[in-house]
Amino acid sequence: MNLTLKVWRKKNGQTPGRFETYPAKDVLDDMSFLEMLDVVNEELTAAGREPIAFDSDCREGICGMCSLVINGIPHGGHKGTATCQLHMRHFKDGETITIEPWRAKAFPPLKDLIVNRSAFDRLIQAGGFVSVNTGGTPDGNALPVPKTAADQSMDAAACIGCGACVAACKNASAMLFVAAKVSHLNLLPQGQAEKDRRVLNLVKQMDAEGFGSCTVTGSCEAVCPKEISLNFIAKMNRDYGLAILKGS
Amino acid sequence: MTLDAKIPSGPLAAKWDKHKFDMKLVNPANKRRFEVLVVGSGLAGASAAASLAELGYKVKCFCFQDSPRRAHSIAAQGGINAAKNYANDGDSVYRLFYDTIKGGDFRSREANVYRLAQVSVNIIDQCVAQGVPFAREYGGLLANRSFGGAQVSRTFYARGQTGQQLLLGAYQALCRQIGLGAVQMFPRTEMLDLVVVDGQAKGIVVRNLVTGEISSHAGDAVVLATGGYGNVFFLSTNAKGCNVTANWRACKKGALFANPCYTQIHPTCIPVSGEHQSKLTLMSESLRNDGRVWVPKRKEDCGKSPAAVAEADRDYYLERKYPSFGNLAPRDISSRAAKEACDAGRGVGPGGLGVYLDFSDSIKRLGEPVIRERYGNLFDMYERITGENAYQAPMRIFPAVHYTMGGLWVDYNLMSNLPGLFVLGEANFSDHGANRLGASALMQGLADGYFVLPYTIGHYFASTKPAKVSVSHPEFKKTEAELQAMTQRLLAIKGKRTVLSLHRELGKLLWEKCGMARNDAGLKQALQRIPELREEFWRNINVPGESGDLNQSLEYAGRVADFMEFAELLCQDALHRRESCGGHFREEFQTPDGEAQRDDENFAYVGAWEYRGANQPLALHKEPLAYEEAHMSTRSYK
Repeated sequence: MNLTLKVWRKKNGQTPGRFETYPAKDVLDDMSFLEMLDVVNEELTAAGREPIAFDSDCREGICGMCSLVINGIPHGGHKGTATCQLHMRHFKDGETITIEPWRAKAFPPLKDLIVNRSAFDRLIQAGGFVSVNTGGTPDGNALPVPKTAADQSMDAAACIGCGACVAACKNASAMLFVAAKVSHLNLLPQGQAEKDRRVLNLVKQMDAEGFGSCTVTGSCEAVCPKEISLNFIAKMNRDYGLAILKGS
Repeated sequence: MTLDAKIPSGPLAAKWDKHKFDMKLVNPANKRRFEVLVVGSGLAGASAAASLAELGYKVKCFCFQDSPRRAHSIAAQGGINAAKNYANDGDSVYRLFYDTIKGGDFRSREANVYRLAQVSVNIIDQCVAQGVPFAREYGGLLANRSFGGAQVSRTFYARGQTGQQLLLGAYQALCRQIGLGAVQMFPRTEMLDLVVVDGQAKGIVVRNLVTGEISSHAGDAVVLATGGYGNVFFLSTNAKGCNVTANWRACKKGALFANPCYTQIHPTCIPVSGEHQSKLTLMSESLRNDGRVWVPKRKEDCGKSPAAVAEADRDYYLERKYPSFGNLAPRDISSRAAKEACDAGRGVGPGGLGVYLDFSDSIKRLGEPVIRERYGNLFDMYERITGENAYQAPMRIFPAVHYTMGGLWVDYNLMSNLPGLFVLGEANFSDHGANRLGASALMQGLADGYFVLPYTIGHYFASTKPAKVSVSHPEFKKTEAELQAMTQRLLAIKGKRTVLSLHRELGKLLWEKCGMARNDAGLKQALQRIPELREEFWRNINVPGESGDLNQSLEYAGRVADFMEFAELLCQDALHRRESCGGHFREEFQTPDGEAQRDDENFAYVGAWEYRGANQPLALHKEPLAYEEAHMSTRSYK
């Protein structure tokens, strides 16, 4: 199939960006979206032009490095699918595809489709952990964890930190990302000791980073490549409320 | 040069405990005077950086990704081994040790492997305490499953995302230290060279991938946790960014590169679909617990739909050839068996380069919901990539480059022959011999970072009292200038070919001549062709853009330039090792029934290569492998 791409190009964080149009010729069904971009980039490079800069690494949907807003939807709008796992069989010959970066105040642009997501790292640094040092931990089976708790915790922990939730949100809120981390740890017995301070610190940091507020529209859940549930936001709000009430 | 592995004396089971006592300690108040540069933030790097910072060392950690959480350890699916014997099925430290030695085809260092098996139990405890959501039984205790090359269930897992969860555990420990100011993190920063002063590793030179700035960092020790070199084959299960640059540059600065020819081809990957393919996707080995591998018995049946091939006309070749391990035969053996079937014209799918992995029996036995719970995410991934539903028809799989057992040579303390240069995880060579067993990479990465390096690095500081060097030392300035010059040279070629096209050509050559099976003539052809490709690279590539900018073409060109040099060493090592062992299969050396034929008399050694300058052949040094406990036997899974 042959496609037309409208791609956001931006030299760096300081210069203004613009859309440019490129043809994508002889695209095959079995190509991934990023492989289609690789082919376009090969042509640009061969012509001595700068290829389109975009982030990707594992290309199997787990590292969270790839991004891209495709036709207005982060990761392209296929249920539970990151851009790297989106395949061209979902597009039609002759289609025009618009490709943009994540757009959010807390994710400053770096170049073309690449943005700086280090705000997410700072959120984890603010309390997305259990404070244990290496060594001296009890036997793994000394602390039974109910299977339902472990499974729910894993549902939350599956977050890949790609930032699609922020990109989809009209307020650029990081609630789903933060709720996933808070829930992953707060659901487990290991996370109880720091339960209150964890949620308070993460929410405080979320505000400091310039992420917006949550109005629970659910756009984050809809685009999440790991299908992290909105329920975790409710759970985090509960943890937050309790922590405030306790005056932690 | 004699290679001293510094293996402690005494009985195998007591070596590590004795060594821990014999090693010198650094006073808690003095630890902050030592600065450690950790390159890489995967399981080995992140666990090391966090653990060292907790002890009080000053740590800087570098990764080329935009966040340390994205290192490729994250993609490991199946699990992590530990000799906990929770399953009460006869496991022990000794059995894990023996399985690993045997799995490695008696080409790994006994003392290192024993220590790995010993600390495996601590890793699980550590990860549980961090909040890694391992799979649980209804009673709340940890669940286990079995994996290739073992007859016990010792693999701990978190759905099909074990690597992700373990890495997030290590990443969160690292983040805690970053938040406390004990680790300074440098994301989007790539190490371009090692700086050696008076024979000791004293620092690194890095490029900021956003601004293009090249700068130096000095430290008392450098820790490379920079992964493997599978991407030299272009197509592999590695992430796109994985590269050999840090290790190869260290080799060029004097560190020995050991056993580069030991490369692992994973049997269960999704087959290649076309020329555009940018990487290969692994389907976890755990699938072989419930999937049966087969091809049609007759060539004529290969074009038919799998359902149209009668049960009696199917060849479940792993079950036939290896009845006691069946579909859980180790990776090297399963991959070769798949190649054999495809070479005989009995492969399935486009180009005949695939075999079936069939779940219909398990679905009949256990029901679809059970299979969905165990492997749902893998079945979904298969469908996203191929457009096929594996609950209804068998998956098609084919072997792909996955892991590299070779790496920089290290002694028992995980220090290379260059004092002050430590190498952890996949980047070193030490624990897996000629073949790694499934669920052992995660174990090794975390063992090295959490439980080995924190002890041995202190001994290095306390016993050698390394001299302080700052970035104003001329060696740093010289290295920076060399790298600036190389960058300008790459940008100035402005030729006709893209870096990617040359990388793909190199990868194809290696896959054909130095892949699943190797022979003398093919390796010699590769050794002739690689310098030609390298020459074309430096004459005819086109790298657009500028140096002082985010320039992915330039990053990639630098990595491929190193692959172009390293590939030659890989083939040279494969040519010199005139035996078959583990992942290194030389067609000239096989038993009558096609199994690997080792030559213990002549090749029971680690082959460590020393760089001696451009256009000079590398020199081979040998570390003999002595087995005190494990008896070297023919490896059989029949």
